[in-house]
Amino acid sequence: MDKLKPNVKLDIREILKDIKNYHPKRRGWIWRDISPQQIGEFKYIQASPGLKNFIPLPSARNIGNIDPQPDAVITTEIASGRFEDDIRRMRMAAYHGADHIMVIRTAGQSHFDGLLEGTPQGIGGIPVTRKQLRAQRKALDIIEEEVGRPINYHSYVSGVAGPEIAVLFTEEGVNGAHQDPQYNILYRNINAIRSFVDAAESKKILAYADIAQIDGAHNANATARDAWKVMPELLVQHIINSMFSEKVGIKKENICLSTVPPAASPTPDIKLNLPYAVALREFFSDYKMRAQMNTKYMDSSTREATVTHVLNLLISRLTSADIQSTITPDEGRNVPWHIYNIEALDTAKQALIGMDDLLSMVNLKDEGYLQDKKREIQERSILMMEEIIKMGGYFKAVEAGMFVDSGEYPARNGDGISRDINGGVGAGSVIKRDKDYFAPVTAHYGYNNVEQYSKEHVDDPAALIDGCTFEKPEMIKFIDELDETDNVYLRLDKSEEYRSGNLLKPEVEWLGDGTVVVDLFFSANERISEAAALETGAKMNLKNVEVIHKEILHPSEGTRIQIKGTFDFDIEIDKLVLPEIIKMHTEDEILDYVKKNPMKVVAGTAGNDEHSVGIREVLDIKHGGIEKYGIKYEYLGTSVPIEKFVDAAIETKSNIIMMSTIISHDGIHYKSMKKLHNYAVEKGVRDKLILISGGTQVTPEIARENNMDQGFGRGTKGIQIASFILDRHKEINNKNEN
Amino acid sequence: MKERIDDFENRREHLKDMSSIELKEYFMKLSEEMIEPLLDLAYNNTSKSIERSVLLRMGFSSIDAKVIVNVLAEQNLLRKGAGHCVYILSKNKKISIQEAGELIKNGEEIEYIMEIFE
Repeated sequence: MDKLKPNVKLDIREILKDIKNYHPKRRGWIWRDISPQQIGEFKYIQASPGLKNFIPLPSARNIGNIDPQPDAVITTEIASGRFEDDIRRMRMAAYHGADHIMVIRTAGQSHFDGLLEGTPQGIGGIPVTRKQLRAQRKALDIIEEEVGRPINYHSYVSGVAGPEIAVLFTEEGVNGAHQDPQYNILYRNINAIRSFVDAAESKKILAYADIAQIDGAHNANATARDAWKVMPELLVQHIINSMFSEKVGIKKENICLSTVPPAASPTPDIKLNLPYAVALREFFSDYKMRAQMNTKYMDSSTREATVTHVLNLLISRLTSADIQSTITPDEGRNVPWHIYNIEALDTAKQALIGMDDLLSMVNLKDEGYLQDKKREIQERSILMMEEIIKMGGYFKAVEAGMFVDSGEYPARNGDGISRDINGGVGAGSVIKRDKDYFAPVTAHYGYNNVEQYSKEHVDDPAALIDGCTFEKPEMIKFIDELDETDNVYLRLDKSEEYRSGNLLKPEVEWLGDGTVVVDLFFSANERISEAAALETGAKMNLKNVEVIHKEILHPSEGTRIQIKGTFDFDIEIDKLVLPEIIKMHTEDEILDYVKKNPMKVVAGTAGNDEHSVGIREVLDIKHGGIEKYGIKYEYLGTSVPIEKFVDAAIETKSNIIMMSTIISHDGIHYKSMKKLHNYAVEKGVRDKLILISGGTQVTPEIARENNMDQGFGRGTKGIQIASFILDRHKEINNKNEN
Repeated sequence: MKERIDDFENRREHLKDMSSIELKEYFMKLSEEMIEPLLDLAYNNTSKSIERSVLLRMGFSSIDAKVIVNVLAEQNLLRKGAGHCVYILSKNKKISIQEAGELIKNGEEIEYIMEIFE
């Protein structure tokens, strides 16, 4: 497939073409190249090299569009149920700094005894199949070239088909995987013995493929009633999986602990979470930390979730994070939408870069509350392990309901999850290996009597069949589609007009899904406001209107309601009126013209407007403003009376007025434009002056309607204004000559 | 577990004088003790999923692997290894691994395989 171009959409059909014969470029996990970075005048310490193609943070617009990348690998979780739509989101995520893409599996896959094939649609995730994995890895192989940084692809090795999934992941170039038998046992009710037997095989395969492994301990604090009370148990769960993995053969730097700060504000967040984070990193210093954000106390407010996540990022910077996972701020109300994956990634990037090198300025105290609490958590976890051993080991402890109890160990509330050792999915399904048991493949864990056939191949059993799929990918059997009523081609056909045709529709997760959000305030109580919001949606012609968030501003004065609904109309692209593209001259052309035709500007913000960042930007040489092209300017300051612009222009013999109007309340920006024009006419100088208005709410059309020569909106560059001035100046001169 | 109040202060008596290094070493030692029986269990046992994963690596499709493992499980042959059964049939009959798998999938040569292992 050809290289991707930023201005061209990724073609899903092209990805699917000849997918049967595609093999991934590489295997194994890749960390960022952590190294200090000098970007402009700033030096970043906890950093990594920048990207070839990227979208910087919004405010970078005023800081030279820089996009510094932090040290930690940054994760985004994507799975809408349609892998073809997820691929587009992966590309957007990569531009915003994600280099770890995690796909969630469809509901029910962990209880499926075997592998799924084809491309059926999923619920809350995708059915992980060879074709879906291969298509997504193929897409990521070209996206990573586009952004200039390796992207790790990740999914889950759990359920009753773990070893097969691990083989699939190795063959298809998956780079990271969740693998933790405790997750099977506690949250999926899969038989405990089966889970550990399968886990060893899975881990042996992950070790061979150099796949980074993430454990499942964080589910305990998502499940327990008071998450902060399970801290001692979290250390126990982490070490059970980590030590088991290490003994099976996964190298320590590929063993990652999934750690979430268990508490969230309004608890004293940092006071609860920091000692735990320190306790964990001290005990597990040989392993890697995958810092995840808190989900347990998420409600429907995306603002609140974002603040919790920033506090989590503070913990990451006060301790450490090798992988910084992100949780989308909308996860408390729906399956994540495109925009929230991007928001979460930007939150992580912004906070990590903002707190760069924090520990060179502040220290964690080495005595007092932090250390005492840390020690207490560690001791409590040790006491729990002592009791597990005393009870007769792990399985006995699980049977007794030792885990996910809401009491802080050793306190017990009697509400832990209990699993019968002989119960659950797959109970009684393990088989003892005979003395002559044999498996002629690579990366097989446990007893394997290779000697009976060849003493020389004890360390390479696959040699007895001339190599297996791990050495010879051409041996892999690719199955295409199994269900002719549920596959990617049918879905693509259905939405094709939105993909390559003339139609557009708003979208949150699936192409052309039509979902929109409306943010409303009503001066009424919660109950009335909610009903009013639904009625508003209906009158806006939205279908399937639902309230997704409400916040009481005051019990009687007002309520904020967010609704979502389906906007079931098509937008025809060829009938859209597009804003004009501003013509630009080259820097040399402008410099040359201004040299021959000296020009002067008076500038300021109008009326009662104190917002001067934008105008300084298009004026100052430092920001690439018009000064750079030899145009002189007189800056009148902020909140300049309209008359003063014209009087100052006359006084300083200027030929251009640049008036900034950010405030648009009550149409004040239009009124200022009209007033400026009228006063210039009154003074008899209108046809000698070029009047330019700018601001975030200004468009060229609006400005001209209000008698300006031109208007400039958000994101305008100095060169665009200078180009316009040049053209307009020529016009005026020609007119005067005639 | 039965409800019980927090008796941390009593239980921790033997831990409180340990240095932080000793505490960490003890934590690791306990974890190895917990893990040991689990590793043994996995070392000596197999499952349908493990056997299917072996067949995948031998170049069978997921659909064929599932059938072959089910056929062999019915005859209590997974204790020998599904890959082993395919391998021995291919070796003794001088046919390819794929051909051997195909025979087992169709329920053929099962008795022959059982005889070999007697």
